[in-house]
Amino acid sequence: MIRGLLTFQSKPSIYATGVTAGPLEKKKSVFAPLFDKVYEDERCDLPTNEDGHKQLMYDAVLIALSKAKKQPEKIDFFLTGDLVNQMTPSNFTAQALAIPYIGLFSACATSVSSMITAALLADAKQANWIMAGSSSQHNAIERQFRYPLEYGSQKGATAQWTVTAAGAVLIGQHKVDTPVIDCATVGKVIDMGMTDPLNMGSAMAPAASDTLMNHLTGHGRTIDDYDTIITGDLGSNGFKIFKALANENGLPHTKNFRDAGEEFYGNDPSFKAGASGSGCSAAVFLSDVYQKMLTREYKRVLLLATGALLSPLSFQQGDTIPCIAHAIELSMNEVTAE
Amino acid sequence: MQQEKYAQIEKELSPKPPILKNVMKAFLTGGLICLVGQFIALFYITYFDFTERTASNPTVATMIFIAMLLTGFGLYKKISQFGGAGAAVPITGFGNAVVSAAIEHKSEGYVLGVGGNMFKLAGSVILFGVFSAFVVALIKTILVKFGVVSW
Repeated sequence: MIRGLLTFQSKPSIYATGVTAGPLEKKKSVFAPLFDKVYEDERCDLPTNEDGHKQLMYDAVLIALSKAKKQPEKIDFFLTGDLVNQMTPSNFTAQALAIPYIGLFSACATSVSSMITAALLADAKQANWIMAGSSSQHNAIERQFRYPLEYGSQKGATAQWTVTAAGAVLIGQHKVDTPVIDCATVGKVIDMGMTDPLNMGSAMAPAASDTLMNHLTGHGRTIDDYDTIITGDLGSNGFKIFKALANENGLPHTKNFRDAGEEFYGNDPSFKAGASGSGCSAAVFLSDVYQKMLTREYKRVLLLATGALLSPLSFQQGDTIPCIAHAIELSMNEVTAE
Repeated sequence: MQQEKYAQIEKELSPKPPILKNVMKAFLTGGLICLVGQFIALFYITYFDFTERTASNPTVATMIFIAMLLTGFGLYKKISQFGGAGAAVPITGFGNAVVSAAIEHKSEGYVLGVGGNMFKLAGSVILFGVFSAFVVALIKTILVKFGVVSW
């Protein structure tokens, strides 16, 4: 029996999104023209990287709110997460916004886990407006998980670059002509024994594959039901393995598959296997994919965010890298006759 | 799926590190850094009152100073990305490890931040460097004592 399946009868809607990104993303990301705000300074002109991290998320939320013409006081819940210890950037954002808050940690899959939780609250009629999202800031996260920024460690072809970006999404009760949340699948933690923290794509690909198969089988879908199935941050190497696993699992093709991490920096080789971080999937899902849904270029999509649930401590103690993937299905109605 | 089977698939699809190319690059980078060091040593011997033996201390200090500047300007990590171990093994790599950690932790203040963390990466180099020097010196002292070798 497949567990973790969720169907939202009331089909909660996405009302607005806000995406912010750093200066490197402004210069190098192919999605930069779609972002709502880009900063000239990687710390957003604040003293520390962590302050800048908070500002990214805070501004993304305010942008989403202003698009929906809402004040923070009207929002019932704020659900978000990041990768810094104890998620202080999210906590400080929640303090500044003064919205009832639950911090969520699914590593880089938080973009989708927060949307799933928001959809549950809306579907259960426990809330009218929920703000979800996630963020990452390159300097703060590198310091958390790897070496000091200026330390010269050689990165191999499978390494990924943590993005400086944040995405916020305002979810509410069903409304026609908005992208709606149909169903979701909560993933299991999958650990295939990978140990290299500079090859996270390989570690996460089996989790993405497991959740995808559960979602398709559990909700009775085929991959041709989707205009795109987009993974969060597998990177070029992980994405290649993910597609190989899809073939192994008997899926007919993988031509509508996309990976936000691989595409983020336009396959620039200086970023090795591509982008990662909890801001990566949030930024791409809530800009590129969301806007394509609004124009009805995409009518049904599956967002499949992946996260590596390791810590520097677990890695140094010789543990393998446990990974998770959460899936959420969005759809857009046909053009309504006026 | 079994872990072994997945490991096999992963190994097949993941790009192999270009070992020969990396080794050549490391050789070039490391060699170049040592060449610079050699010129600096010659400079101290020629223009100051140093011998080949005593010139090593100011040379090392100068190399570390250069590495510190390069680290601060964000250039050393680029050299390391190209040269790998060629940039990490010479004394300049040690300088880079110290300064990069110091820069990183400046936001937590000078005592607990910079002071407490600057040897976070380089600390083990110092510990095991000093310890192995002690062991080697001990062995040599014993050998000299028994007349096997001389100083």
